[in-house]
Amino acid sequence: MTPLLRALGVGKRFGGLAALSEVRFDIPEGSIYGLIGPNGAGKTTLFNLLTGIYTPDEGHFEFGGAPLPGKPHDVCARGIARTFQNIRLFGSMTALENVMVGRHVRTRAGLFGAIFHPAGERDEEAAIRARALELLDFVGIAHRADQVSRQLSYGDQRRLEIARALATEPRLLALDEPAAGMNATETATLGTLLQKIRATGVTVLLIEHDVKLVMGMCDRVAVLEYGRLIAEGPPEQVQRDPRVIEAYLGAETTA
Amino acid sequence: MDIFLQQVINGLVQGSIYALVALGYTMVYGIIELVNFAHGEVVMVGALVSLSVIERLAARGYSGWTVIVIGLLLAVPACIALGLGIERVAYRPLRKAPRLAPLISAIGVSIALQQLAALIWGRNYLHYPDILPKTQYAIGGAVISEVQVVILIAAAVLMAGLWILVQRTRLGRAMRASAQNPAVAGLMGVDVNRIIATTFAVGSGLAAVAGALVGAYYNVGNHTMGFLLGLKAFTAAVLGGIGSLGGAMLGGLLLGVIENLGAGYMGKLTDGAVGSNYSDVFAFLMLVLVLVLRPSGLLGERGIEKV
Repeated sequence: MTPLLRALGVGKRFGGLAALSEVRFDIPEGSIYGLIGPNGAGKTTLFNLLTGIYTPDEGHFEFGGAPLPGKPHDVCARGIARTFQNIRLFGSMTALENVMVGRHVRTRAGLFGAIFHPAGERDEEAAIRARALELLDFVGIAHRADQVSRQLSYGDQRRLEIARALATEPRLLALDEPAAGMNATETATLGTLLQKIRATGVTVLLIEHDVKLVMGMCDRVAVLEYGRLIAEGPPEQVQRDPRVIEAYLGAETTA
Repeated sequence: MDIFLQQVINGLVQGSIYALVALGYTMVYGIIELVNFAHGEVVMVGALVSLSVIERLAARGYSGWTVIVIGLLLAVPACIALGLGIERVAYRPLRKAPRLAPLISAIGVSIALQQLAALIWGRNYLHYPDILPKTQYAIGGAVISEVQVVILIAAAVLMAGLWILVQRTRLGRAMRASAQNPAVAGLMGVDVNRIIATTFAVGSGLAAVAGALVGAYYNVGNHTMGFLLGLKAFTAAVLGGIGSLGGAMLGGLLLGVIENLGAGYMGKLTDGAVGSNYSDVFAFLMLVLVLVLRPSGLLGERGIEKV
């Protein structure tokens, strides 16, 4: 199968420090792909490069067979959406409105339509609202639709971020530590949700600290250490890789 | 005559013009945290463009509100184009510069526009032709003129329209999202540069209407008229809580009323020592008081319907 996303020798330096260098991997379409590594290994930097916040100093990404454009909103329009390690919702907007913002990129109404407000614009607004409600229901927080997002519980905020990202109709959903701060039950529900998302045809890229979650759920895993890719493959294989055990898993079992 | 009621009416009229201008300051501040000091000059251009149109039509014998509306049909697009141009040339290249840079740039644009207007329209005070009806209505011991009624209605309609635009439409949602977190809005597919440009366009359109109304109300305009008006409107925006739409509306109306009440009673209170010509003092006294007592403004809680 052709890969949906390819990292082709991607690298990024900050001053003299190489945050990432020579990163290469292919993410097959329809998979759940894990990206793990110790703190500071460059996982979030990779996400920021992928979504257009930073520009790579070397190499590039190919998405659906073509190089990725530069600006974040263009990347989003191409079909990559993300969530954040530390939740970044539009705090004073309601849950529903947050998801409706995600529909922006797939809808058209502008100033002209808004001022003269012909029927077409009203229909579009109704469609945006209906789809946003569906997505809130999909992630299981439809009953929170009209609540201001910063008042939601932590777990609900995480789900809301996923719903907002799904609203942009991504082909690739990139999740930055979605289980961070969750208890065991919440993490298990998250796992079910990710399977549900994959079942709709969306490819999932998962950065995660929780090795068990990654190994249990991902089809393939890439391991970063000090900005370099040290292993890549199916979880069983990566788990046995001596470099991975030394760099990451080993450190955790001896701790 | 009921002086109190009369000053309140005059104040609300003047205040609704302040509010229209203050909305432009507050929307831009809300989204890029820049005090757009050139905004007063956009109002001035709106007033003078509409004046030019109105003069030509009046010379051909036309009169009445239709003439003002035709003036607006030219002034609004002119000001929108001007606002978009200012944003593109003077602010966008400085988006990532230290915050002082765009502020200086704004002051530069303001001076440049004043001088440009002086070249086009001259340095003298221009008087509006006498084309509007002079009808006055009596209400409870005070009078309100037809011009005042039209200003109040126009401002109310525009403010309601803006409120709906921001709270109920796709564009307004994108504006609010960009104001809260431009980086995240971009990642969710909102073209933030485009939203910022649209914000300037909307603010400049309101400024054009305010300019035309202020010209029709006071029957006078010149290339420096935007300075004091802009400063007052900015004061109104700070008074209401800069970044807050409701705050700009409330601050504008409040400032107009306070200023007019001050002007109306000043002579009496000081036994003629200080006259109504000191009314501008009130605006800035208010600004100082607000900044000392409530720096975030009346409605300036963080994050409130900010645009």
